[in-house]
Amino acid sequence: MSIYLNKDSKIIVQGMTGGMGSKHTALMVDAGSNIVGGVNARKAGTSVELGGQELPVFGSVKEAMAETGADVSVVFVPPAFTKDACVEAIDAGINLLVVITEGVPVQDTAEVFAYLQSDANHAGTRMIGPNCPGIITPEESLAGITPHTIAGKGPVGLVSKSGTLTYQMMYELKDYGFTTAIGIGGDPIIGTTHIDALEAFENDPETKAIVMIGEIGGDAEERAAAYIQEHVTKPVVGYVAGFTAPEGKTMGHAGAIVSGSLGTAQAKKEALEAAGVKVGKTPSETAALMREILEAL
Amino acid sequence: MDLMEYQAKELFAKHGVAVTQGIVVEQAEDAAAATEQLGGVVVVKAQVKAGGRGKAGGVKLAKSPEEAVEHARNILGMEIKGLTVNRVLIAPAAAIEEEYYFSFLLDRANRSYLCIASVEGGVEIEEVAKTNPDAVKKINVDAGTGVDQAKAEAIVDEAGFPAALRDQAVEMVQALWKVFVEEDATLVEVNPLARLSGDVLEALDGKVSLDENADFRHPEHEGFVIREEEDQLEAKAKDKDLNYVKLDGSVGIIGNGAGLVMSTLDVVAYAGEKYGGVTPANFLDIGGGANAQVMADGLDVILHDPQVKAVFVNVFGGITACDEVANGIVGALGILGAEASKPLVVRLDGNNVEEGHRILAEANHPLVTLVDTMDGAADRAAELAAQSTSA
Repeated sequence: MSIYLNKDSKIIVQGMTGGMGSKHTALMVDAGSNIVGGVNARKAGTSVELGGQELPVFGSVKEAMAETGADVSVVFVPPAFTKDACVEAIDAGINLLVVITEGVPVQDTAEVFAYLQSDANHAGTRMIGPNCPGIITPEESLAGITPHTIAGKGPVGLVSKSGTLTYQMMYELKDYGFTTAIGIGGDPIIGTTHIDALEAFENDPETKAIVMIGEIGGDAEERAAAYIQEHVTKPVVGYVAGFTAPEGKTMGHAGAIVSGSLGTAQAKKEALEAAGVKVGKTPSETAALMREILEAL
Repeated sequence: MDLMEYQAKELFAKHGVAVTQGIVVEQAEDAAAATEQLGGVVVVKAQVKAGGRGKAGGVKLAKSPEEAVEHARNILGMEIKGLTVNRVLIAPAAAIEEEYYFSFLLDRANRSYLCIASVEGGVEIEEVAKTNPDAVKKINVDAGTGVDQAKAEAIVDEAGFPAALRDQAVEMVQALWKVFVEEDATLVEVNPLARLSGDVLEALDGKVSLDENADFRHPEHEGFVIREEEDQLEAKAKDKDLNYVKLDGSVGIIGNGAGLVMSTLDVVAYAGEKYGGVTPANFLDIGGGANAQVMADGLDVILHDPQVKAVFVNVFGGITACDEVANGIVGALGILGAEASKPLVVRLDGNNVEEGHRILAEANHPLVTLVDTMDGAADRAAELAAQSTSA
C-alpha cells in the first residue's frame, strides 16, 4: 500500500515538451512510472520519445484523460502559466495534481486553491505543491523529481517541506525503505499539508511509522503537532530545519498575531514534543530516532 | 521584498488610499526646504525596514525647518535594529484623534487571505491582541472572490469603525485590497490608520511586502530596490541568481536546496560549540543544478567575505549526481585559481557518490578535504575555521 500514488496510477505531464518536463519525464519512465502522455496545445497530435518510450502529446488535459484514462498530472509549466495549467487539470477532473514548478506567485496558488474549494465537482482533485519534488511510492511510481534510486519500498512514510532534506532522509533510512515519500513544498500556500499527509499515512496499513520534516516560518508544524496528538496513533519522528537561523527581518506584526507563534524551530520542536513526537536536532539524529522505533516494531 | 514606508505610501497613493506621501530626503540640510514646502509642524521619520522606529528615537516632531534639519541630522546614520538610516521621510504632522489597525495578508492555515482590523489600538496592536483579543478582528477573505463593495462593508462593520467614518473606511478597504492584489503583495499593513480632526481617515504609516515570484508581471517593482541599502555580497549573489543571506560567523556554507542548507547551518553551529562558538558565515543555496559555473559563482561570493575562514560544501546528489557536483567543484577551483584561498570541506552523498569521491580524490586539490558525513564535515569545517581564526 501507499498514499495517493501507486503502480496503477496513469500519469500525464503538463509541460512535457519543455526542458525540465522532458528531462524529468524520462527519469519518471526510468523509475517505472506509467507515463501515458503529455499536454501541449501547440504540439497536439505529435509524439516524443522520452526514457525509451514514445509518448503522445495531447491538446488538453481533458483530451489526454479521455484517450488514456490518466488520473495523475505532473505540472512543469513555467510560473506565469502554472495557474492556468492547474485550473485546466481541475476542470478536467484529475485526481492528483502534482505541481513541481518553482516560483509561482503565491496569489496564483491561493486562487487555484480557492478554485478547488469553490465547487463540489473539484473536490476529487488533490493538489501537491507547488515548488515541491512531488511524490514517490518506491518501486511503483514516481510523480515528480525525487531520484528513484535513493531508497526502496519499506514501512516508513515521509512528509517534508524541503526537497533535498527529503532525499537526505530517504538516504539515511534507505535500508528500511518507504511506503511513500511526499515533498509538499515550502511555499506559504500549498495544496497538500503535513496534516493531509499524516492523515493518509495513519490510514495506510503498510505505513508503520512516519517521519515529518519541517522548516522555520509559519505555523504548519504546530498545527500538525495538534493533529498528531488528536488523530495519529503511529509513531512519528520529526525534524525542523533552521534552529540557528537568525530572526528574519519580518515586517509588521501581522504574522505573529495570526499564528500566535513566531515560527521558530524551537517553538515547533516544543509543540511536536508536547504531542509525543521525538524530534532530532540534525537529520542523522532524526534518522537514528526512527531506527530505534523501527527496531522495536 | 519588503518596502520602506515612503515606497509603501507611493503604492497607496497609486491605488487611491488616503495618504499624505511627504518628502524623502537623504541630506539633513534638505529637510529645511521639505519642511517649508509642507508648511506647519512636520514629523521626521527614519526610513528603514524595521519596526519600533519610534521607540528607537527615529521619529521626531519638528516645529520649524531648523528643528527638522537638526532631527534629520540625528536620525540619519542612526542604527535601528542593525540597519543604518540613510533617508528620512518628512511628513506633515497630523492631529490624531484615534488610531486603528488594518492589514491584508496571507493566511497559511486556511490557504487563503486574511484581513485583520482593530479600532482599538493602532501602534500597540500586539499589546491589544494579548490583553483584549476580541478587539482584534480577523476576517477571512476568499482568494477567489476577493473584496468587493459588499465585502468591504462587511469588514468595516465587523471591525466596528465609527459611523462617521464608515464610507471612508469602506473606500479605504477597497483601495488597500487593490494594493494587495494588483501589486501581488503578501502583506499590506496600515498602522496607524488614523482618524484626524474633522473626521478624516488617513493611512499614517504603511508596510507592504511584495511577492518576488510575481516580479515577471511587475517590472516596475525593480524601482523599489535600493542598491546601496543591500549587503554588497547579497547584491552580488542576487545578480548571479543565487539565494544568499549574509550571517555573522566564519564558516562559509554552500549547499543545494533551502532545507538542506538551513539544516547545514544548524549542524555547523552545533559542531562550532566545541570550538569556542564557531558559527556559519552565510546561507547559500545553489539550487538543483550544481554545475561548475554555479559552484564557481557560489564560491566566488563566499570567498569574498572577509569573515569566512573555512568553507563547507554540502551537497546531496539527486538529479544532479555527485560526479557532476565533484566536477563542478574541481572546475570552480580552476576558474577561481589563486582567489580560492580558504580550506574547503566537502561532503557529498546520494547518486553516484563513489564516482564523485573518486573525482575529488584524483584532483587532489590541496585546499579540499573530503568528509563522508554531514555531521563529520561540519565538525571539520568548524575546527578549520577556529584554527584559522586563532592563528
